[in-house]
Amino acid sequence: MTRAFLAVVARDLRLAGRIGGSGALSLVFFLMIVALVPFGLGPDLNLLARIGPGILWIAAVLATLIGLDRLFQADEEDGSLDLLAGAPAPLELLVLAKVAAHWLTTGLPLALATPLFGLLVALSPTAMAATSLTLLVGTPALTFIGAVGAALTASIRRGGLILAIVVLPLMVPTLIFGVSAADAALGGTVPFTTPLAILGALSLAAGVVGTLAAAAALRWGE
Amino acid sequence: MRLIAEDLACRRSGRRIFAGLSFTLEAGEALTVTGRNGAGKSSLLAILAGRLRPEAGRLAAEDVGERTIPECLHVVGHRDGLKGALTAQENLAFARDLLGDADLEPRAALARLGLAHAAGLPVAYLSAGQRRRVALARLLVCRRPLWLLDEPTAALDVASQGALAGLMRAHLAEGGLVVAATHQALGLESARELSVEAFRTGRADLADDPFAEAFR
Repeated sequence: MTRAFLAVVARDLRLAGRIGGSGALSLVFFLMIVALVPFGLGPDLNLLARIGPGILWIAAVLATLIGLDRLFQADEEDGSLDLLAGAPAPLELLVLAKVAAHWLTTGLPLALATPLFGLLVALSPTAMAATSLTLLVGTPALTFIGAVGAALTASIRRGGLILAIVVLPLMVPTLIFGVSAADAALGGTVPFTTPLAILGALSLAAGVVGTLAAAAALRWGE
Repeated sequence: MRLIAEDLACRRSGRRIFAGLSFTLEAGEALTVTGRNGAGKSSLLAILAGRLRPEAGRLAAEDVGERTIPECLHVVGHRDGLKGALTAQENLAFARDLLGDADLEPRAALARLGLAHAAGLPVAYLSAGQRRRVALARLLVCRRPLWLLDEPTAALDVASQGALAGLMRAHLAEGGLVVAATHQALGLESARELSVEAFRTGRADLADDPFAEAFR
């Protein structure tokens, strides 16, 4: 069972490395959004520094959507999903493996690149560290929520837009607590750890619910 | 292993495709499923593989311990389950790790199908027949008793068809089971034939079908 889990993680990481697709693309998309905001708002450094964490979070939410539509669709199209169904492991475990591999190639790079991109919106070092930490804790929730939408739209051609519409409203709570945690680090009445703990709880809950729901959606779609 | 199907019925997109289909397959037996295009051959295989729920009927396997039916079988069909960006060898190594029951090494399995030279090539570079052979090599890297083959000879050249027949005969001799949907002779003398068309539902059902008129 562990062997099957690791096999799926290793295969998806290898595929991501070889195709070089969604991981790098979502990082570039993230950079694009963050770079566009100062052009839109003008070079007001105080304003940018104040709304910087929010911009980074919105950019991260949108960048998560890149590549998500192919998460299960690629396997559905070439029949790999039938192969996974024959493994001596529950489908939930294999879905967890796929989502974990997807997060490692898309969510994790976003969190790690945040300090660098924070320079574009004039974040202070504290804010950079705080935003990066909240994204590290919060992006798993985004990926797991997105995985449910990806599983629901796996058999639909051009399901990407439907996926975004289904998934974005569900990502709002994560966005709220992510930004409030990052803001709390810059001062305010709420201690930093309170929203961060809720963000962690959201990620853990999304991990359980998202995995079960995505597996159920894949079974139902057969 | 022993596979028992009782009174299977299949309905897809609201249309009844077949009903009352029963058979028993003992260890070492092969079954070829025949019928015109759209008769329900692939649907029957999907039901056996557990990918499609039958509308009615029962499917059971005996002498397999605690394993479920999907854990006892290999499927080779139109969608080959191969990743174009990975090499043939990597694809097979993945199947071996995923499915367990490891048997032959990926390289040895590819050599049995005459593809030893292509082991290091990404599958996307291979021709349709070569891809099919890589998918068939999966039958050899993991030992599983039931082989479900959907048009296994499609895109294969004559030599490969012969090799496939040899593999199936060896599998049957070891007590394996083969269910193949096909239009062509597979070179298995012992195979029983099951025509899905014999289980088509009657005219009464066709009368409800808006397309039936066109096909009369």
